[in-house]
Amino acid sequence: MNYWPLLGVAVIIVGFALRFNPVPVVVSAALASGLLAGFHVPALLALLGKSFVSSRMLLIFVLTLPAIGLLEHAGLREHAQRWMARLQGMTLARLLIGYLLLRQLLAMLGLTGVAGPAQTVRPLLAPMSEAAAEKILPELTDNDRDELRAVAAATDNVGRFFGEDVFIALGAVLLIQAFYTQHGIELTPLSIALWALPTAIAAFVIQSIRIWLYQRRLQRRAAQTHDKPAG
Amino acid sequence: MLRIEYAYWLIAAFLFYTGLRNLREGHGWRAAFWLILGALFGSGDYILAQQATGNALPSEFAGAGVIALALLAPRLHRTAHVETGNGEQRLQSAIRLGHRLFVPALLIPLVTLLVALLGAHLFIAGHAVFAAPQMTLTGLALACVVALFAASRVARTSMHGGVAEGRRLLDAIGWAALLPLLLAALGEVFTQSGVGAAISALATTYLPTGSALACLLTFALGMVLFTVIMGNAFAAFPVMMAGIGLPLLIQQHGAHPAILGSMGMLCGYCGTLLTPMAADFNLVPAALLELRNPYGVIRAQAWSALAILVTTIVLMWLFVFR
Repeated sequence: MNYWPLLGVAVIIVGFALRFNPVPVVVSAALASGLLAGFHVPALLALLGKSFVSSRMLLIFVLTLPAIGLLEHAGLREHAQRWMARLQGMTLARLLIGYLLLRQLLAMLGLTGVAGPAQTVRPLLAPMSEAAAEKILPELTDNDRDELRAVAAATDNVGRFFGEDVFIALGAVLLIQAFYTQHGIELTPLSIALWALPTAIAAFVIQSIRIWLYQRRLQRRAAQTHDKPAG
Repeated sequence: MLRIEYAYWLIAAFLFYTGLRNLREGHGWRAAFWLILGALFGSGDYILAQQATGNALPSEFAGAGVIALALLAPRLHRTAHVETGNGEQRLQSAIRLGHRLFVPALLIPLVTLLVALLGAHLFIAGHAVFAAPQMTLTGLALACVVALFAASRVARTSMHGGVAEGRRLLDAIGWAALLPLLLAALGEVFTQSGVGAAISALATTYLPTGSALACLLTFALGMVLFTVIMGNAFAAFPVMMAGIGLPLLIQQHGAHPAILGSMGMLCGYCGTLLTPMAADFNLVPAALLELRNPYGVIRAQAWSALAILVTTIVLMWLFVFR
């Protein structure tokens, strides 16, 4: 067993820990592992180039940018915030938990590309969350806004991840089935997908509780700042 | 018929536009970065086709291009997204246009949804409108074009204005946009170099294989750790299954394959929420939302990921050896 290619992993860990620019760190790690595994330079370059080009689909989100940019220029975020501020009974927790549920259900139907950080979080969910939080605590700091946006993005991720595994025709389930078939164990996709349900429910409950706790933290801070001038 | 390749050409055109605008404004490094990336996207089909026929030369050039991008990336200083027009102007426009602004924004998920659901049944004169591979993503690309058109109608500005705004956003995201592709390539190189095999060989050397619980914990935590390193649970799964899951848990301790596979994969998903290596889920959103801390999204979801992981491991322990 040749253990030297593991140094590529070390390059990644050290590079990220020292907060170097991740792009050269990742490329160096690939070159290190490949060379230590005994690849010749041209073969390694070809492998790197071929794999990079094969995953072009990962950049497809940039196509949303012109439409989003134009709409933001025309006041989309301002409108989303004003609308949220007017909506009675729409709290931060209800907004985020509602989005979580929708995202998870869509992912369970295999519709993961429908929502996402570029498609829905930046133009809609993030500004709406900020407006909903301002209803609780009008004087949000920049740090609060950063945290809120991060919570919105995290909610999107959790909803997607723990929904898509329940869908029978999507990568994860088919990958599991294919692995077992290769090793002589026949399973139906449905039996695999079914066992993803308990975790899907747990993920929904856990993320919902965390959203609710986050909202309560904002409410407590609001109560404190409210009390101070009076007391 | 619409194929995913058209979306790649559209991306290439947008990248070239971004590069040329930067060139005209005197940002030489940035221009070079986007132009090289645009060239890789534009020639991707040709590169893969040549590779398939056994000609590796275009792939080697592409590899050199990737290294050039890596050298250029540190020179791209990520500037915070400068808003065009002032806030007052945007507010006035928001009041004037109202809910009409939502229509194009919602068209993006809506058109994607329609193509994903109905795309397979659309035929014009006996030809399928959408090619089967990557149909949802083809739909997303189409939805973006439709939304841009609708947005320009709603806001009564030219579509070119939208492309210029989009280019600003792309410059604000900068090199972070590249990471998902690079990490996918890294995963492939790691696999070909035998990194996974080496890790599972190390793990099994020190594992007390007689204990079902020790094997299960090693398998679950191994899925997490491996996913954190590779940025992708799909890369971790075959390695951990071949190393520990199949020989020890299923064949020796009689674990239920469907439960082990499904929940093992979900342990890996918890790892995805924790790692900067899963750039498309963790770092790109942080850049898109203009967070000052690039790891802000990971911090926001870390406790959820850990709680879900513990729950999944407990569930696995309860059900997998029934």
